Amino acid sequence: MATAEQQRQQQGTTRTSIAGTAGRWLLIGAMLAVLGVFLLLPLVFVFAQALDRGIIDYVAALGTPDTIAAIRLTLLIAAIAVPLNAAFGLCAAWCITKFEFRGKSILLSLIDLPFSVSPVISGMIYVLLFGLQGWFGPFLAAHGIKIIFAVPGLVLATVFVTLPFVARQLIPLMQQQGRTEEESALILGATGWQIFRRVTLPNVKWALLYGVLLCNARAMGEFGAVSVVSGHIRGLTNTMPLQIEILYNEYNAPAAFGVASLLAMLAVLTLAAKTLLEWRFAGELGAQKRLH
Amino acid sequence: MVARATLPGFGLTLGLTLAYLGVIVWLPLLALAAKTAGLGADGFLAAVASPRTVAAFRVSFGIALIAAAFDAALGLLVAWVLVRYRFPGRRFLDALIDLPFALPTAVAGITLASLYADTGWIGGLLEPLGLQVAFTPYGIFVALVFVGFPFVVRTVQPMLLDLEADVEEVALTLGASRFQIYRRVILPALLPGLLAGTALAFARAVGEYGSVIFIAGNMPGVSEIVPLLIVIKLEGFDYAGAAAIAVVMLAASLAILLVINALQAWVRHIHGDG
Repeated sequence: MATAEQQRQQQGTTRTSIAGTAGRWLLIGAMLAVLGVFLLLPLVFVFAQALDRGIIDYVAALGTPDTIAAIRLTLLIAAIAVPLNAAFGLCAAWCITKFEFRGKSILLSLIDLPFSVSPVISGMIYVLLFGLQGWFGPFLAAHGIKIIFAVPGLVLATVFVTLPFVARQLIPLMQQQGRTEEESALILGATGWQIFRRVTLPNVKWALLYGVLLCNARAMGEFGAVSVVSGHIRGLTNTMPLQIEILYNEYNAPAAFGVASLLAMLAVLTLAAKTLLEWRFAGELGAQKRLH
Repeated sequence: MVARATLPGFGLTLGLTLAYLGVIVWLPLLALAAKTAGLGADGFLAAVASPRTVAAFRVSFGIALIAAAFDAALGLLVAWVLVRYRFPGRRFLDALIDLPFALPTAVAGITLASLYADTGWIGGLLEPLGLQVAFTPYGIFVALVFVGFPFVVRTVQPMLLDLEADVEEVALTLGASRFQIYRRVILPALLPGLLAGTALAFARAVGEYGSVIFIAGNMPGVSEIVPLLIVIKLEGFDYAGAAAIAVVMLAASLAILLVINALQAWVRHIHGDG
């Protein structure tokens, strides 16, 4: 009679014991086909289309004034929205993980809320607030301040959709780390700012970077929310994703894919950096991988 | 409230957090609620129950549901292979799973539309079969499958990793057939994660805009999604009508969110940690 140990040896590795070798390669092949068609092909297609007419046309398409203005605007919006949400994330994580208070779980779900709102709605709520027919519309018009169909509206919509990224990365990690180290520093006479700079920040730096990377990718790529508040004024309120839409609708596919290839490159770089952080600093990123 | 040694900064950080959330999240949502309330019950019903709106809801929710179910099947397969088998390129493929999260929706939109158009790489192959994907409801399905794809993989993966091979071996030594092991041991263990991932994919698909509008064709009543209808109403300055539809969408999102939270609590319960 064979013992369980002998059986295990006969079956090869334990992990593959239930599916046979043929089934195994069938499953691997099926997965490769799925990933190839649904993920890899679209990614390759973006670059193939962008470079369809050669590198010179590619660079020329990116060098038009409207496209350059769109790139600049996208960088500007990310440069405002990402630091704001990083600061917010640190702030929220500090009060949620270092103190006990009532209503914490409500606060947590409020922070998560933007993830479950359709991008279009994320943009429109600011139109209802600051648009001409909105609450502050008449006041803003009287004082000559433009928020909707202008850069401030684009920034607000971007801040809304990217609000949870850093906070959601930091909160589980800081919860897990507890507050013993900070309390020791306090007893040793450190001020609040020193504790934050010297103890907390070094403990969460990789998670912070991880959150910032994801936040930035979304901020630069957001389409629905900014589309609603933009007004699509060329050279003024068109971000890169909006510029892609305009070029594509003008049947200028090579230029549209040219701009798209820049954002696709950003996506690939973000994924690479994210993967690197996950391999290298898995333990310092917090309990679970985030799902957004 | 007071712990051993009280760390500084509670009032400051909580105050800033609440103020920020108040300005960015609460105030605008309040404006949305107020705008909708201004319609009155009759106006609200007229905006939400018009044939065009009802058709858009049917398209958005119906196709999102089918796409999420499809994602569940694909995600289960991909998670299984990534966790159970070792083969060259596995880590690269694992990283690639998150592409739909990282790729801006407008990029995905024009790419899928061009790929599946009847002159495109994939559309050109399907066209002789009489299957037109781009600019039909099938196009919406393809886009929603793409954006929801990572959710199921990423919820099932950790559960599969946790599932001890021992359990399967015990079942095997007790005389269970392969099929029985899949049905009685593995699938029940993965079910909460599978459902949570599917619900997440569904929630994302319902509100999706950028990757859909390029490939959808956007025919009212046939391939017009709810987010697009909101945009069209906004462009026509029908703010109240847009707000009414948005409120229904938000209510639906919150309901899905509650389901997801319950499912994730179930997942954590099985995981045995908090």
